[in-house]
Formats: sequence, C-alpha cells, structure tokens
Amino acid sequence: MSVTMQLIINGKPRSFDAENFTVAQLVAQLNLEGKRLAIECNGEIVPRSQFADKQLTDGDKLEIVGAVGGG
Amino acid sequence: MLDLLKIAGKSYQSRLLVGTGKYADFAQTRAAIDVSGAEIITVAIRRTNIGQNAGEPSLLDFLPPEEFTYLPNTAGCYSADDAVRTLRLARELLDGHKLVKLEVLGDPNTLYPNMIETLAAAKTLVKDGFDVMVYCSDDPIIAKQLEEIGCCAVMPLASLIGSGMGILNPWNLQIIIANAQIPVLVDAGVGTASDAAIAMELGCQGVLMNTAIAAARDPVLMASAMKKAVQAGREAYLAGRMPKKLYSASPSSPSEGLMTK
Repeated sequence: MSVTMQLIINGKPRSFDAENFTVAQLVAQLNLEGKRLAIECNGEIVPRSQFADKQLTDGDKLEIVGAVGGG
Repeated sequence: MLDLLKIAGKSYQSRLLVGTGKYADFAQTRAAIDVSGAEIITVAIRRTNIGQNAGEPSLLDFLPPEEFTYLPNTAGCYSADDAVRTLRLARELLDGHKLVKLEVLGDPNTLYPNMIETLAAAKTLVKDGFDVMVYCSDDPIIAKQLEEIGCCAVMPLASLIGSGMGILNPWNLQIIIANAQIPVLVDAGVGTASDAAIAMELGCQGVLMNTAIAAARDPVLMASAMKKAVQAGREAYLAGRMPKKLYSASPSSPSEGLMTK
C-alpha cells in the first residue's frame, strides 16, 4: 500500500505517494532534473552528491533555489 | 599596457561589473552584457518555480557559468543569518564557487545597507572560506573594518541602489581608496556614463552597476557607453590629471610670433 507524505517545498505543502522517497526522486518528480539548483532540507544544505541517498520524511521543509537575474 | 583588475587572486581585463536584473528578457540581458565587456556578473538566489513551465529557459542558459565569473549576491537579505544562508546555497548551486557579493540591507524603501549585520556576515563568510566582495556605506571606518575582517574588495555606494543619483560624496570615496589595501569598487548609484568615469578617475578599481544599464532607454547602447566610460576614467586616473586652477596665464598657443607685435 502507498503511504502519503507531506513536504513543505518553498513554503507550500505538497503531498507525495511514496515510500523511501529520496531527494533525487523528488527532483525527478518535480521535473527539475538537469536544472542547476541547490536544496536545503530543514535548514541544512543537501549536497548534490547526496541527492540519491538523502531520504525525506513526512513534514520535511525543503527550499529549492536557483540563480536569477539580479544586481 | 596590461592593466588588470585583481580580485581574490584572479585577474580580469574588464573593470566594469554588471548585474543581470531588470532587463526586458534574457536575450537583452545577454546582448547588453556582451557589449559591456563585463567578465564578472551578479546573480540573485531565489526559490525555483515548482511545477510550472519546467522547460522554460533560465538565466544560466543565456549566460553560461563557464563564460562568466558569477557573483552571487544576497539582495533582499536583511540579516547576517539570511545572507550567510543564501551564499552557502549559492556555493552549492555553483559547485563550490567562492567569490560572492555580500549585501545586507537595512531599509526596504532606501535599500540603505545595514553595516552592523554586514560586518557580522562578513566575519562568518570569511571564516567559512568565501571571497567576499562587500557592498557598504561610504564610511571610511567601516570600509577599513571590512578589509581587516578579510574581505577581498569593498564596494561603497555612490548613492542609493537604483537611484541613479551618481557620486554624492567623492571625498569619502577618496578617503576609502587612500586607506585601502584591497580593491575599492563603486557599487550602486551610477546613473550615466560620466558617473562611472568619475568613479574611476577617483581611483576606484572598478564599478558595479545594474539599473544604469538595464533601465536606460536603450540598454545595449548604454552598456557600450559604460564600457567606454570605465576605460576612459581608468586611463585618466593612470595618466594623472592636470591641476585645477581658477585661471591660467599660460595659453596653449605660443605668445611669440604674433603678427600684431
């Protein structure tokens, strides 16, 4: 059976049907694969090299950021 | 003559640093930056749009990090903690990139910097291994303290961010430049080419600007003007200007051989 998990991503709650859900899977599910981005989970940076290993749990707060135009 | 800008151990041919915000579109951003000749370009760090237009082009598609030295900024941060957090994310985003622009604002209307928070953030970032170019007020004491903390460049404002008011206190800038052992760049307040030239004539090592180019009626043409102004100002500084006099009893043409004599 599937387990629903809620994550807060960039300030908004989102539900995912997944078990053993990793950051890499999240990136794929959000269609962000191949994009240059940085991710923070509960205030801690998740290095890109750990995306595949970092397990997410219900209630985790994620920030997904990129570079935009600025002065 | 080889006259390079040296920041944190790296040399640059262009003394004009530009921002990437406020342009009509990415194509115009790219065109203006190409014409400006800038090698160092600032970027902001913001939340990625989730779930909408996954295939939409990004700034990095138009300005590949391999072609430019990115200078991630902390625009919009009002505390040392937020600024440090933003730049740690930037370092992760840009594969360990260390050169950053620190700015901690103190007021959303004027965008005047909060130097107490800026000093605190600079300490943490330098300790954390960042090369910190720091936006600051034009206070010579603060500028010296930022240098002593270990910042690699100080960037006092000419006038307020986005104001285009030009250089309001050339005397303070001169004191900061005279006391500094690290590059001093004017960041913010430049409105038109003559402002950039004056900053360079004062002895600044470079000028950083965004709005002066992006908000011009023709940003690409203004980028060209700024490139020339920074070069002209630098050359005038190196050449050493003639002293100012109220009047001169020494005309440029010979006093001898006049037909009327």
